[in-house]
Amino acid sequence: MKYIELGLREAVDLVRNGQVKATEIVESYLSHIEAVDPEIKAYLTLAAERALSRAREIDARKDKGRLAGAVVAIKDNIVTRGLRTTCGSRILQNFVPPYDATVVERLEAEDAIIIGKTNMDEFAMGSSTENSAFFPTRNPWDLERVPGGSSGGSAAAVAGLEAMAALGSDTGGSVRQPAAFCGIVGLKPTYGRVSRYGLVAFASSLDQIGPLARSVEDCALITSVIAGFDRRDSTCADRPVPDYLDGLDNFQEKVRVGFLGENSLKGINPEVAASYLRVGELVAGLGFEVVRMDFPSWEVALPCYYIIAPSEASSNLARYDGVRYGLRAEAVELADMYVRTRTQGFGSEVKRRILLGTFALSSGYYDAYYARAARARQAITAELQVAFRRVDFILTPTTPEPAFKLGEKQDPIAMYLQDYFTVAASLAGVPGISIPCGLARDGLPLGLQVLSEPFAENRLFKFAFLLENNIKFKNNMYGINTRGRRKNEN
Amino acid sequence: MKYETIIGLEIHAQLLTRTKLFCRCSTEFGRTPNTLTCPVCLGLPGSLPVINREAVRMAIKLALALEARINFKSIFSRKNYFYPDLPKGYQITQYHLPVAENGRLLIDVNGSRKAIGIERINLEEDAGKSLHEGFPDSAEKTYLDFNRCGVPLLEIVGRPDLRSPEEAVEFVQNLRTILQYLEICDGNMEEGSLRCDANLSVRPAGSTEFGTKTEVKNLNSFRFLARALEYEASRQVEALERGEKIIQETRGWDASANRTVPQRSKEEAHDYRYFPEPDLPPLIISEDWVREVSAGLPELPQAKIDRFIRDYQLPVYDARILTGSRALADYFEKVAGLSGSPKQASNWIMREVLQYLKEKNLSPENFPLPAESLAELIKMVENQEITITMAKEKVFPEMVRRSLEEPKSAEVPVPTLELKVAACDPRVITEELGLKKIGDEQALQNIIEEVLEKNPGPVKQYLEGKVQVLGFLLGQVMKASKGQADPQRVQPLLRQALDKLAKK
Ligand SMILES: [Zn+2]
Repeated sequence: MKYIELGLREAVDLVRNGQVKATEIVESYLSHIEAVDPEIKAYLTLAAERALSRAREIDARKDKGRLAGAVVAIKDNIVTRGLRTTCGSRILQNFVPPYDATVVERLEAEDAIIIGKTNMDEFAMGSSTENSAFFPTRNPWDLERVPGGSSGGSAAAVAGLEAMAALGSDTGGSVRQPAAFCGIVGLKPTYGRVSRYGLVAFASSLDQIGPLARSVEDCALITSVIAGFDRRDSTCADRPVPDYLDGLDNFQEKVRVGFLGENSLKGINPEVAASYLRVGELVAGLGFEVVRMDFPSWEVALPCYYIIAPSEASSNLARYDGVRYGLRAEAVELADMYVRTRTQGFGSEVKRRILLGTFALSSGYYDAYYARAARARQAITAELQVAFRRVDFILTPTTPEPAFKLGEKQDPIAMYLQDYFTVAASLAGVPGISIPCGLARDGLPLGLQVLSEPFAENRLFKFAFLLENNIKFKNNMYGINTRGRRKNEN
Repeated sequence: MKYETIIGLEIHAQLLTRTKLFCRCSTEFGRTPNTLTCPVCLGLPGSLPVINREAVRMAIKLALALEARINFKSIFSRKNYFYPDLPKGYQITQYHLPVAENGRLLIDVNGSRKAIGIERINLEEDAGKSLHEGFPDSAEKTYLDFNRCGVPLLEIVGRPDLRSPEEAVEFVQNLRTILQYLEICDGNMEEGSLRCDANLSVRPAGSTEFGTKTEVKNLNSFRFLARALEYEASRQVEALERGEKIIQETRGWDASANRTVPQRSKEEAHDYRYFPEPDLPPLIISEDWVREVSAGLPELPQAKIDRFIRDYQLPVYDARILTGSRALADYFEKVAGLSGSPKQASNWIMREVLQYLKEKNLSPENFPLPAESLAELIKMVENQEITITMAKEKVFPEMVRRSLEEPKSAEVPVPTLELKVAACDPRVITEELGLKKIGDEQALQNIIEEVLEKNPGPVKQYLEGKVQVLGFLLGQVMKASKGQADPQRVQPLLRQALDKLAKK
């Protein structure tokens, strides 16, 4: 039996029943990682010893948690006590956090096993993982292509069977877009659903930790564990967390589904549009009412996002000054030390956004940029609120195109357009899930985004589960096995 | 030309919460550097702030005391600047919507009251400390201590309503007393728990336009405050008289040189790029909470002064001194009540007690003598059981001395108030020191007879009509009684005895 092909839920059941040892599972993952990661490069830091000793400890124990034996990868902007956390940046290259993020505590409390820290665009700024200070990650479906970003390492690890599931972070689409590129499921929860304590901040008002997994069910299980109130995060909602697995396969509601009109699909990749239209037919065929809708405010969503996120980032990244931790460039004068440290420590995309944000917040420009973007954000939120009075879910393509080639997008604006369909949900704080919805002609996976009202993850999972079963997407693991190997054999 | 000085003060008051503003680290002063820290106050990646409700309660208290309008919804903002002791690269403060606005503080100016506007009250976090001195390698290195980082501060921004350095000092003194009454700040300027910056400008008397102002920082004692403002006002006047323009800038008080020196020009001023703190939701204060805090508010200094004047018939001066701290005012009220003599209680406290405190450099709450004991002593004087002189010179110091000793008791190992009161009982002390007033007529007569016998010369003079010697004889009697005789009673008795001799 190939343990790495087991879904997370299946594997956990086997471990909890005592049929399979967590140690065996971890070992098979480690050997697979050893085989494929030199090509995929999903991991920045592997925690082999730590994972094995955790597995042995779990095997020795009678009582096992809800995630016993689940092999989970963690994006490298989520702090792990004693385990290097770099954010994909030179400035934190040797940073070993003295504490665990809340999500890590919660995963480990349920006996999940952390296998390693995954690659990412530096400080989560990017859509391809090419902005990692260390190396780019490759898409397991086609090693010439990017896995998406910024949680590209997490998505590639899951798609490449290097982890059962992973945590990523989504600020403008950073979980959903790589999930779509890698043919897996990725959830950006409602803002405030999952504690951000221990997530290294990029844009605090947008950042949300979310799971990436091979099925809606696995995503639901992980979300059940990591969601919920945390007194250490003041923006975390104090609302009960339902068991998202409960009744997951039982969606009986007659819902109305919002579907983008042709205007909103202009200029996107024709294969993406075609696959999206097929989903529309499928949804109608299932007996749901399909409502055409357009979102005029989405035209300003990207510029709005690219003011707010860099503004917050410019402040959030001020702490990397070489004084207390991380990289320090030696200099005689203090100001010189700051300049040299940050010049050497940050990559060009991070610098670009710090400059953008610093400018947008400057006195004299604040009203024209930040304050205006904040108003636009309110309009986008209001528009979605109104839409959710008419429909229960909104479906969109996750990305305007399938995975692109490494080095293909040199123009930052072209890269920013990746977030076209995902930023609105981030700005409005509503949850969004990306599920695979088909393959492009060249065999690359395509993603469907499903949005719902805030804190309606329960219904969102059920509906996504239903769609997942009806779309009958060829499981991604074949993609890795054939394409990954074929490339090797050539 | 005559000039008018315009001053607006900005005060930072460190709050007496047990823990820091956004984490649970202790706020204790003077601990080993960097032992009171955590990921939050060190600004480690991934950490997030959580507001300390106790600090908000203290802000509400001050807002109520300063009659400010409390914003039921206020927001925190980030003030961005780079400094080594600022670990996040920004300070969490309030900017767009403070916790309270539009208050006032009363000060006394030449016997009349003047209201000084309070523009806003901000809740914010303190920074760490850069230690530039005291280490062997201080010449090339600066050390950082983050124990203070994240300690809650209230920033109190006053309006430019002050018209002289004296008014400014009065403003800070009154504010400090209020903070202490509310038990939200210890008001210690030397230790930095109360810090003061000033904006100062001058203008020709009668003018209604403001002149260019300078900001003077580092005014960390009442003395420096007064001196720095006086210096800065006259510096500006002299500059104007010379026909120069005042440059808008930040100046610091150089205590050793006794002058203000330029620190930063307007052009070098930071752009702090304030924006709403996304890690904290708006701070919501309910009306119920305000009501609850309001109900628990102590009587404030100004109200106390008025009441002392009204109820105890004290002069304004006494009332102001006695209300200088809550502990002193409480002590006075206790002594006044127990002794039944507010005027005497006031006299004793204003002189003996305050003098003792000054000598020992103690604050009123650390005065050792129980109010019960002082009240008893006052009663003894009132009942003429002891002379005021003896009470002040002998009994009071002995009472204080004994009150400092740990009263011992086999049954009660912990010193109680009762034991302490018993240990410094003025009656026992008077008895033991043999200071009891000689009230017994026979005893007084015996002393008088003795004195008359010993002084035949003066007696003869008196009998011959030189009545002035009566004073001398009276003094002799007092001396012979070791001060325990009451001169008021001795005088008639002495006359009687002399008259008797005359008849012989
Ligand atoms: Zn702390």
